[in-house]
Amino acid sequence: MSRKILLEHIDVPGINTFDTYRKMGGYRSVEKALKTMSPDDVVEEVKKSGMRGRGGAGFPTGMKWSFLAKPVGVPRYLVCNADESEPGTFKDRYLMEKIPHALIEGMITSSYALGANTSYIYIRGEYFYVLRILEKAIAEAYANGFLGKNILGSGYDLDLYVHPGAGAYICGEETALLESLEGKRGNPRVKPPFPAIAGLYACPTVVNNVETIAAIAPIVNMGGDEYAKIGIGRSTGTKLISASGHINNPGIYEIELGLPVEEFIYSDKYCGGIKNGKKLKAVVAGGSSVPILPANLILKTANNEERLMSYESLSDGGFVSGTMLGSGGFVVYDEDSCIVRNTWNFARFYHHESCGQCSPCREGTGWMEKVLHRIEYGHGKLSDIDLLVEVSKKIEGNTICPLGDAAAWPVASAIRHFREEFEWHIKEATLSQTRNFGLLAAHEALVK
Amino acid sequence: MNLAFSEEALALSKALMKRYPEGKHKSALIPILHIAQAEFNGWLSSDAMDYVASIIGIKPIEVYEVASFYSMFNMQPVGKCSLEVCHTGPCAINGAESLISYLENKLNIKLGQTTADGMFTLKAVECLGSCGSAPMLQCGVNYYENLTNEKADELINKLTSENRLQSYTDIK
Ligand SMILES: Cc1cc2nc3c(=O)[nH]c(=O)nc-3n(C[C@H](O)[C@H](O)[C@H](O)COP(=O)(O)O)c2cc1C
Ligand code: SF4
Ligand code: FES
Repeated sequence: MSRKILLEHIDVPGINTFDTYRKMGGYRSVEKALKTMSPDDVVEEVKKSGMRGRGGAGFPTGMKWSFLAKPVGVPRYLVCNADESEPGTFKDRYLMEKIPHALIEGMITSSYALGANTSYIYIRGEYFYVLRILEKAIAEAYANGFLGKNILGSGYDLDLYVHPGAGAYICGEETALLESLEGKRGNPRVKPPFPAIAGLYACPTVVNNVETIAAIAPIVNMGGDEYAKIGIGRSTGTKLISASGHINNPGIYEIELGLPVEEFIYSDKYCGGIKNGKKLKAVVAGGSSVPILPANLILKTANNEERLMSYESLSDGGFVSGTMLGSGGFVVYDEDSCIVRNTWNFARFYHHESCGQCSPCREGTGWMEKVLHRIEYGHGKLSDIDLLVEVSKKIEGNTICPLGDAAAWPVASAIRHFREEFEWHIKEATLSQTRNFGLLAAHEALVK
Repeated sequence: MNLAFSEEALALSKALMKRYPEGKHKSALIPILHIAQAEFNGWLSSDAMDYVASIIGIKPIEVYEVASFYSMFNMQPVGKCSLEVCHTGPCAINGAESLISYLENKLNIKLGQTTADGMFTLKAVECLGSCGSAPMLQCGVNYYENLTNEKADELINKLTSENRLQSYTDIK
C-alpha cells in the first residue's frame, strides 16, 4: 500500500529539469502514444485503467473523454484545472513545483488522445511562481521536440500555454474556469450544454485536474489493465493526499487507494499521529466541501468496518455516517478544536467565494455565516441550530453549480455529528468564550 | 489618459494575446491586468483599466467587470508590500489568527489597512494552497510558510530594506 507512481522520482536531484526527467524515463508515454497508438487506443487504455478524476467529483476519466464531441472542422481543447483552491488541498502545487514535466508529459499524451492542437493550463494566480516553473518546463519541451509542430515526426502538432487566474475559488468549477479563460468573470454556466459539447470558445472541451492528467503518462506506459490492479475495487491507482491540521507530519503523501484511514493518520510514514500527544476529534477527509466526520466514524464505518482511503469506503453510509474522498484534502482536528468556530470559518469562506448568480447560494451562505458567527461569539439561540439546517437544505440542490452544495454540507454535517457542541455553545455562552467543548463522551471511549 | 506600459510590458502583453485563437484575444485580459498592477503601483485605477481596454481593443466596462470580480486585483491603492495572511480553516487552527494579531500590533494597523508610510498593507485571504505549512502569508510572488513571530519580524525587516513594490508577477 505504499506504491509510488506519480512521486516515484520526487527525490531525484534535478527532476524538475527536462534532462533528468527524461533520463528517469520521462516522456516515454508521448513516444509510445504518438508512435504506436491511435488517439482512440489511448482513450481505451484510460477507460480500462478505471482511473477517476482527481479534482474532486471522482468521475471516471476515460468515460469523460469518450463523451467529447468531434464535429469535423471544429477545434477541440484540453484544459488543465490547476486552480486548486479547495481549502485543505495543496497537492497540485507540490506536483507542478517539484515535477513540472509530469504535468507537461500528461498534457501532451492527453491532448493527442483527445485530438486537441492547442491546450491550456489554467493555474490560480497566487501560484505565479509555479506558473514560471511550468513555463520553463514547456520551453524545454518545445526545445526538445515534444511540443510544437510535427512532434517526434508523427505529424501531430500541439501548442501548450499556461494561463493565470486572479483569486477566485469558483474558477475551479469547470465552466467558471472556461469563462475566466475567455477573459470574463468566473460565473459558472448553466448546463447543459456540457463542456464536452460546448466548452472553451463554444468548442468541445475536456477539463481535467492536474493530478488526473499527470496520471495519464503512467497509465499509457503500463497499460490500463495493469493500472487497474493498483488500488482497491473501483478506486484504482494511487492518490495524492494533502495532509494538514493537528498532525506531526503535514505534507503530501501518495497512497495506494485502499490504505486504512487509521494507518494514514497514525503511521510515521504518513501523518505520524496527532500533534502534542492529543486525541483525535474529527477529520475533513476530502477538502472543506465534504462532510466532517468525528473520530469514531472516520476510523470505522457505521457497520464497524475499518474505514479505508478509497472513494467507496469513505462514502460508506452516505451523508448519515460517511463522507467523500473529494480532492484528498485531509484536515485533522485534535481534541481542543472548536467545531463551531471551524464551521463558521468554512461558512465565511463559501460566502466570500459565492459568485452571487443564484440567490440560494448568495443569500444562504451569507445567512449561515451570520448565524454561525453569533453562535461562536455567544449570542446564539437554540433555534439557530435548526435554522442552519433549514438554510443548508434550501441551498442544497437548488443552484447552478455545486458550490452551493459544497457550502451546505460542512454545516449540515457539523450539526449532525456535533449537535451537543453547538447546544453547549449557546447554553454556556459565557463559558464558551474562554474554553473549548472538548471531545464528545462517545469519542473519549476511543483508544487513541 | 496619461498612463502607459513600459516597452517590455507592452511587448509581453502583445505576445500574450497571441496565445489565443484568432479573435479570442480577450482571453489575455486577466494576464494583462496582472501586468498592469505590477506596472501601476500595485492597483488598478480607472485610468489603468481604460488603458488595458485600449491595448486589447475591448470596452472599458468589460475590464471593470472582470477586475472587480477577482480578489487579486486591487481596486484601491495598497502599500508596496501587501501581506496576505491565509485565515481559512486549516491555517486558522494552526496559528493564523495569532499571526494576524501579531502583525496588527507590530505594524500598528488593522486588517485591511495600510501603514502611514505606504509600506505595508495587511490582508486576510482565503486558502492559498499551503495548508500544511501554516501559518503562512503571501507577499508578491513569494510564499512565506511555517511562520513564527520571529520569522515575521525578519520578513518585515527584509521587505522594509528592499523597499520596493512586491508584485505577483515579478519573478525573473
Ligand atoms: C466550487 C468548485 C470548485 C472546484 N475546484 C476545483 C479545483 O480547484 N481543481 C479541480 O481540479 N477541480 C475543481 N473542481 C471540480 C471541477 O469542476 C471539475 O470537476 C474537475 O476539474 C474535473 O477534473 P477531473 O475529472 O480530472 O477531476 C471544483 C468544482 C467546484 C464545484
Ligand atoms: S451556486 Fe453559488 S457559486 Fe455556483 S453559480 Fe450559484 S451563486 Fe455562483
Ligand atoms: S488553509 Fe491556509 S493555505 Fe490552505
